[in-house]
Amino acid sequence: MQLSLRVERRPAPLWFRPLAPVIAVLVTFAITAVLVIAARANPFQAYYYFLIYPLTGKVSASEVLVSATPLLFTGAAATFAFSAGYWNIGGEGQLMAGAMAGAGVGLLVGGLSPWLAIPIMILAGFAGGVLWALIPALLRVRLAVDEIVTTLLMNTVFSFFVSYILNGVWRSPTSGWPQSPEIAASAHFPPLFAGYRPHLGLALALVVLAAIWVVLNRTPLGLRMRSIGLGMEAARFAGVRVERTLLIAALISGGIAGLGGVSEVAGLQFHLVETLSNNFGYTGIIVAMLGALNPIGAAIAALFLGLIGIGAQSVSQSLGVPVYLGDVVEATMLLVTLATLVLQNYRIRRA
Amino acid sequence: MLIFLVGLLAATLRVATPLIYGTMGELFCERAGILNLGIEGTMFFGSFVGFAVAYATGSLWLGLLAAIAAGVLAGLLMGLLTVSLGVNQHVSGLGLTLLLTGLSLFAFRLVFGTNRVQPSIPPFPQIAVFGSLPVLGPIFNQYLLTYAAIGLVPVVWWLIYRTSFGLKIRSAGENPEATDAAGVSVFRVRYLALGIGGGLMAAGGAFLSLAQLGSFIFGIINGRGWVCIALIIFANWIPLRVLLGALLFGGVQALQLRLQASGAKVPYELFLALPYLVTIAALALAGRNASAPAALLKPYRRE
Repeated sequence: MQLSLRVERRPAPLWFRPLAPVIAVLVTFAITAVLVIAARANPFQAYYYFLIYPLTGKVSASEVLVSATPLLFTGAAATFAFSAGYWNIGGEGQLMAGAMAGAGVGLLVGGLSPWLAIPIMILAGFAGGVLWALIPALLRVRLAVDEIVTTLLMNTVFSFFVSYILNGVWRSPTSGWPQSPEIAASAHFPPLFAGYRPHLGLALALVVLAAIWVVLNRTPLGLRMRSIGLGMEAARFAGVRVERTLLIAALISGGIAGLGGVSEVAGLQFHLVETLSNNFGYTGIIVAMLGALNPIGAAIAALFLGLIGIGAQSVSQSLGVPVYLGDVVEATMLLVTLATLVLQNYRIRRA
Repeated sequence: MLIFLVGLLAATLRVATPLIYGTMGELFCERAGILNLGIEGTMFFGSFVGFAVAYATGSLWLGLLAAIAAGVLAGLLMGLLTVSLGVNQHVSGLGLTLLLTGLSLFAFRLVFGTNRVQPSIPPFPQIAVFGSLPVLGPIFNQYLLTYAAIGLVPVVWWLIYRTSFGLKIRSAGENPEATDAAGVSVFRVRYLALGIGGGLMAAGGAFLSLAQLGSFIFGIINGRGWVCIALIIFANWIPLRVLLGALLFGGVQALQLRLQASGAKVPYELFLALPYLVTIAALALAGRNASAPAALLKPYRRE
């Protein structure tokens, strides 16, 4: 008997939509279980240490929040720009630019009270991210230069700049490796819970996510942005000032990534270091895609990736599985999710 | 001075080699209409797989072959995402880079553990073609893979401009609808281009671990893939200009390394950033007139 199949384009029913991410997660774990087995560990045990164990203790659970904090910012930044169809993949550089601006101000505000020092530093970080996002954004709206490659290349340019500064004028004289002097004590972000490391940055990130939800869903700017994201020419035809809107979206996105940099400097590191960002900008793109370009989705995705980051450490410590399993899981989940989002619009039928 | 220049030229060819492979690989992908940001990860994966297989089998050639095969597979995975499923090219490319980088690091730790001693292999030797040539001899004392990289340029030119396969690649990247209407499978052409491209990128990565270093370190690619992304634009998607651009970018890096080694106080980071700055400037100057393949970034669907 010959069975002939054909593929037809047909969106999944509504009840299926919330199941798609769950399926993506399960498929991801099925694929990455191969690596766990290769490392001679039991996949079920490994995923216990990965996903459950970090949440069983107060310290490790609080560390999940710490590692999710920068991802909440970069995820928000990517979500905001992507919603307008502006593919800002420069979050990495913009985050470092914000970190540098924040650290610069943080070094100077020693005489001020925290009530003044911290807001000034936050504003400086936002401005740093905006500035570094400005060049690709202007190239895009003035000269129609595609932003994907320019934002990507600007990341590397900024990392060389940071290295130059930290090996030169900003190098702390008392440190054995390249890092800036410590920022003023009054500029340190206060912890949210006494004795644990989650800091003001986490609260700020949640406020930012709430704010972009409001902007995207409840303001004319958000409506214009989303209309461009759905179809630029149609939006232009409908009278949307596309270039102006894209510029605003790009700059705010850069500013939000910059806030992520301030948060890492003022909440965690207290110095500017070259290794400040552990691919946070790029992981932010994963966060935005997993969150389906929805700020609430991005928040959930960032917390989940924060869990995976800490979980990878606990799998490594308890079962000896290399810690890079976390990176593989994150990337696999991105690719599987992208595939699921497409596949849910197709059906295989008997011809 | 002459000795300095000869040394610089010889170093330029070495630095340019992985850039030539990587950019030629990207050229195949982009000419067929796919921006492959998986390049950074594919080069990393190639250098890891090449090293691991050469270490295990004792054969550098087997290592190189395995690296190329791994690169082809990476290209086909990119094809599955962007050609068959029509997912965003840049997001899948970045995802592929993150995946292959993580996978290589994971496998390296699994195979070699966390030994303090960096595992190493005896690398490919340099071959002196004109060994007896006075003064200029060092320029022609290069790795076989460097000679092959230069030989690759006319081959790619011929493939792209003088064969029907090249015509199919170019038309799939310029006007996939018309290509399809002419009875050519756009999907097949794009998969082939991505496979070839991935193999070349991985060869570029393997050059570093199998020839230049004889070992695999975590910073082995260190943004070279992104340099290739810049280079392809700088070269206007033309094979001969890729060679010129790679020599130019390579020359700047080689100069920077020599100046640093000689103890001169130079802001070497500026030299490192130069390829990117030049490319962004070139993009700004070309603006709307940039001659990127017309269908680049656009998924093709038969409706």
